[in-house]
Amino acid sequence: MNIGKQLKEGLLTQNPVLVQMLGLCSTMAITTSIMNGLGMGVSVLIILTAANVVISAIRKIVPDKIRIAMFIVVIAGFVTCVDLLLQAFFESIAASLGVFIPLIVVNCIILGRAESFSYKNGIGASFFDGIFQGLGYTAVLLAMCFIRELLGAGTLAGFRIIPEQFPIGILTLPVGGFLVLGCLIAAMQWALSKSKEGK
Amino acid sequence: MTDYKNLKLIATSSPHIRGSETTQGIMKDVIIAMLPALAYACFNFGLRALTLTLVSVAGCVFFEWLYRKIMKKPQSFQDLSAVVTGMLLAFVSPVQIPYWMILIGDAFAIILVKQLFGGIGKNFVNPALAGRAVLLASYAGSMTTWVDPAQNKAALFGSNVDIVTAATPLSYMKGTDPAALAESFGTLTGTYGVKEMFLGQIGGSLGEVSALMLIIGGVYLIWRKVINWQTPVAYIGTVAVLTFLFPKAGSSLDWMLYSIFGGGLMLGAFFMATDYATSPVTKKGQLIFGVGCGLFTVLIRYFGSYNEGVCYSIMVMNLFVPFIDKYTKPVRFGVVKSDKKEGAAK
Repeated sequence: MNIGKQLKEGLLTQNPVLVQMLGLCSTMAITTSIMNGLGMGVSVLIILTAANVVISAIRKIVPDKIRIAMFIVVIAGFVTCVDLLLQAFFESIAASLGVFIPLIVVNCIILGRAESFSYKNGIGASFFDGIFQGLGYTAVLLAMCFIRELLGAGTLAGFRIIPEQFPIGILTLPVGGFLVLGCLIAAMQWALSKSKEGK
Repeated sequence: MTDYKNLKLIATSSPHIRGSETTQGIMKDVIIAMLPALAYACFNFGLRALTLTLVSVAGCVFFEWLYRKIMKKPQSFQDLSAVVTGMLLAFVSPVQIPYWMILIGDAFAIILVKQLFGGIGKNFVNPALAGRAVLLASYAGSMTTWVDPAQNKAALFGSNVDIVTAATPLSYMKGTDPAALAESFGTLTGTYGVKEMFLGQIGGSLGEVSALMLIIGGVYLIWRKVINWQTPVAYIGTVAVLTFLFPKAGSSLDWMLYSIFGGGLMLGAFFMATDYATSPVTKKGQLIFGVGCGLFTVLIRYFGSYNEGVCYSIMVMNLFVPFIDKYTKPVRFGVVKSDKKEGAAK
C-alpha cells in the first residue's frame, strides 16, 4: 500500500474532476456558494469512503455479472443515510442542495472508483482511496465555489466582500460554471505538463 | 573564375515571395475605418464617447501585455488587434457605463476569449462580442440604459448621474400584440425620420448609431481589400429582404429601413462578422455566413426576448465557421468531376 502516491493521485495527477472529468454535473450545478460546496464535498467524501470499504469487503463473494447492481445498492444505502442525516442536522444545506444529494447515487466518481479501484483492491487501500479521491473532489468544489461566489455574487459564505454593484453576475449562471471549470482544467493540465517537463 | 569554395548558397524554405500586407497594416486600416463612427459618437454623445473608447483600448492593450508577460510569451500588442478589440467593445456598449465595467469586458475578451486559446487568429468567437455578452449577462441594467443624444451632449462628460435616458428604436419595434406594436412603431416614425435613423441622431450603443459613418468605414475597408463585400452584403441583404417581406407593423419599406438602420446591424455586418479568425475563408462561405447571421438576427428580433440580435447571431454563426469552411472547400486545380466521384466512391 502506498498512501503517499494515493494522496497525490487523488488530489492532483488523478484528480476526479479536473483529470478524470467525473462528476461534472454536480460540480457545475452546486458550486455557487461555499457552504453548498462544503456540504456536497463532505457528503461525497463520506459516501465514497464507506462505499469503497464495503464494496472492497464483499468483492470476493459478488458474482462478476451483477456487480454494477450490487455497487448501486451499496451506494444508495449510504446516500440515503447521508440524505436523512443532512435533513435532520443541516436543514439549510439539505434544502439548497436539493435533488443533488439523492443524485449522488449515480455520481460517476463513486461508481467509477468502485469499478476501477475498490473492486480490485483490499479494504485498507480502498479506504484511503475513498478519502483521497473525496478530498480531491471537495478541493475542486471549494475552489470553484470560492471563485464563483466571490466574483459572481461578491460574498463569501454569505458575508458581503464586494459591494453589490460590482460582481460579475455571469459567473453564478450556468455559463459561468462552464467558464470557471474550463479555466481550472486548463490550469491543472498546464501545471501537470510543467511538472512532467521538470522531471 | 568563380570562387566555388566561398560561394554562399542560402537555401530557405518557401514562401520566397511575400506580400506587403501585415497584420499591423490591416488592423491600421480597420482603425481608420472606425474613426468616422467614433467622431460621430463624440458629436452625438459628447466627449465621454472618446474617453470610454480610450479607456477600453488601453485596457485591452494592457491585458494583452499582462498575459503575454506572465506566460513569458513574445509580446504581440504591436499588431494593433487589441486596439481594434478595445474600440469595438466600446462601440457596442452604451456610452454611460462606468469605466470599471468596460475594463471587466476587456479582460474577458482579451484573456479568456483570445489569449487562452492561443492569441490572435485562434479565438473561435469574436472577442469584442464575447466581452459584450459577458457584460450584458452580468450588468443587464447598465448595459440596456441608453442615453438620449439630443439632451446630453454637454452634461455627459465626467458624470453619469444626470443623464436623460431614451429607448432605442429597436425597443419600439418589439412586441407580440399587433395593435400595440403598430402604435409604438408609429411613435418611432413620428419621433425619428428615416434621415435621423440614417445619420444616427438616435439612442443606442456608442458606435452603432450612425449608419452613414459605418457605411463610409465599410466601403473604405472593401476598397482597401481588407474585407470582401460578400459578408456585409449578404448579412444586410438578408435582414432587408426578410423584414421587407414580413413587416410586423407599418409599411414594408418603413419597417425594413428602420430595421437595418436601427441597432447594431451596420457595425456588426462591416466590422464584426468580417473578423478573419471567426469568419469563413472562401467567398462562397462568406455568403452563407452572412445569410446565416441575417437569419438569426431577424429571428432573435422577432421571436427572442432581446430587442437586438446582432451580437448573438454573429456569435452563433462564428461557431458554424468550421463546418462552413469544410463544405465550401474549393476544388483543387485539375480535379475533374469523374475524379471527385471516384474519390467519393472510395
